[in-house]
Amino acid sequence: MRAVVIATMLTAALGAAYAAERFPPPEFTDHALPAPATPAARAAWLDYADAAALAVALGLASWLAIKRRSRAGIVALMAASLLYFGFWRSGCVCPVGATQNVALAAFDAAYALPWTAAVFFFLPLLFALLFGRVFCAAVCPLGAAQDAVLVRPAAVPAWLQQGLGLLPYVYLGSAVLLAGLGGDFIICRYDPFVSFFRLSGSFEMLLLGAGVLGLSAFVGRPYCRFACPYSVLLRWASRLSAWHFRIAPDECIPCRLCEDSCPFGAIAKPTPSDAESRAAGKRRLARLLALLPLLMIAGGALGWAASGRIARSNAVVRQADLVLLEEQQPSAVPADEVTAFRKTARPAAELYAEAARARDRYAVGGALLGALLGLAAGGRLIRLSVRRTRTDYEADRAECVSCGRCLRFCPRERARLGKASAT
Amino acid sequence: MAEDKNKLTRRGFIARGALGAGLLAVGGGLGGLLASGRSRTVWQIDPDKCVQCEKCAANCVLDVSAVKCVHAYAICGYCDLCTGFFQPDAGKFVPGAANELCPTGAIKRSFIEDPYYEYTIDESLCIGCGKCVEGCAAFGNGSLFLQVRHDRCLNCNECGIAAACPSQAFVRLPADQPYLLKTRGTTESG
Repeated sequence: MRAVVIATMLTAALGAAYAAERFPPPEFTDHALPAPATPAARAAWLDYADAAALAVALGLASWLAIKRRSRAGIVALMAASLLYFGFWRSGCVCPVGATQNVALAAFDAAYALPWTAAVFFFLPLLFALLFGRVFCAAVCPLGAAQDAVLVRPAAVPAWLQQGLGLLPYVYLGSAVLLAGLGGDFIICRYDPFVSFFRLSGSFEMLLLGAGVLGLSAFVGRPYCRFACPYSVLLRWASRLSAWHFRIAPDECIPCRLCEDSCPFGAIAKPTPSDAESRAAGKRRLARLLALLPLLMIAGGALGWAASGRIARSNAVVRQADLVLLEEQQPSAVPADEVTAFRKTARPAAELYAEAARARDRYAVGGALLGALLGLAAGGRLIRLSVRRTRTDYEADRAECVSCGRCLRFCPRERARLGKASAT
Repeated sequence: MAEDKNKLTRRGFIARGALGAGLLAVGGGLGGLLASGRSRTVWQIDPDKCVQCEKCAANCVLDVSAVKCVHAYAICGYCDLCTGFFQPDAGKFVPGAANELCPTGAIKRSFIEDPYYEYTIDESLCIGCGKCVEGCAAFGNGSLFLQVRHDRCLNCNECGIAAACPSQAFVRLPADQPYLLKTRGTTESG
């Protein structure tokens, strides 16, 4: 009996490698076949709850920062956001990551952008256009996690802050390129806090998270300032904001009390009066304008050169490389990618052609990305070299996250609250 | 602060124009996308593409993967000698850790009628390694297959397993049709 079964099995296996029903399913008379269980996905109304929570939190943050001017209120909202968007929602979906969904939808017509991702991407930008970076202030769980542990902020020198401030551009550009061309979501993969929110994750990610949190105790919001790709978009929107958080409630009496109160280097000081000559400023501006195209060309060339390496993150390119390697040097146990490809029974030439097309797209994308990063770097140099006369202490609209820490130091604010006499 | 507040400077005009353009772009983008009304998507494994590489067990962000083995009973041959259940070199065809493929003993074998046995998966024990799926696909009807279980899946924006999957078998499905089940007569379905 057993020998027969085994023999049948072997013939079946040899005969048709992938044919189903080698053994006809029995027809039972008195045995009902169980149905496989299919637990439902998360209920749709919870999506609406998430979107509503985001809208309410953004509205509340705007009111607390601009109208109510309450640091205590912002801290409370921050804690609530950390609990809801961080721990309860496990950090997904968030506006930072939704950037990739939007990029993928823009590049790949076959990808249907879920409406939650659209809302999470656009709503904080809309609020930033109206009220500044209120999303960063009290809604973003990543920002809240860093803000909560900031105990001894050290000042980051301006040159370092401006230099490192270019990293978010690099991150955003790479994330858009990789998500758009390969569906590879690096922002999510290297999110340093998500493993804390989930209380699980790989050792490397937990280590990275612990490192960033440790750094956050001494450097104000390092991820927000020197990594967050979404911050690039928020900064641009916030620069244009119709209303923005203000340090002094009415009029600044340049008393210098708030000068060192910002751990994020977001307070713009009044410009000194011993300005350089206009001619010297013009010469520097001309030099920087001439440098701009050079930076863009250099960036483009670098991006082009690096594109081959970047393309390897693409699943098709990786598979084609492995199949080619296997063809040249067959191994005893082929890579899983090779097995998967053989199962499809497609000709290898077709895969190679597809991979070559993908590589071309990465080459163009890489060059474009490099050129844009050159433009960002040059643009920043030009912006820093242009002098604007300022007489007051103001919140730098791009850098300021409306956290409200400076309010406590402003005598005008204390007068408004009736805690001190107006000077 | 002496300047007239109502006077529109050139810089002020440009800033206001840029703000208007920004609001239009963001509002338009949001409105357009909402009007197209896409539902949320969830991750799922296309069983036809799966090569049982065992990465599902290790790459999920959860400690125990959200991927589990699912049994399409209608396809199952109810074999006495199940190649998804027994080790290829099992000495005796009786259940027991030494003879079973499943590293956690998550498959239960129960007698139905001679010579048929039914194999049920205890999902609380299953770790989604796919060893049984491989055995069943190699010599059997392929009635065992892997699926993302949505009562466990966190639906990460980037699924850790999807990123590691060598056969690009992870697909996004609309949240209201979240499974790709094998059914009799066809390997497609839903």
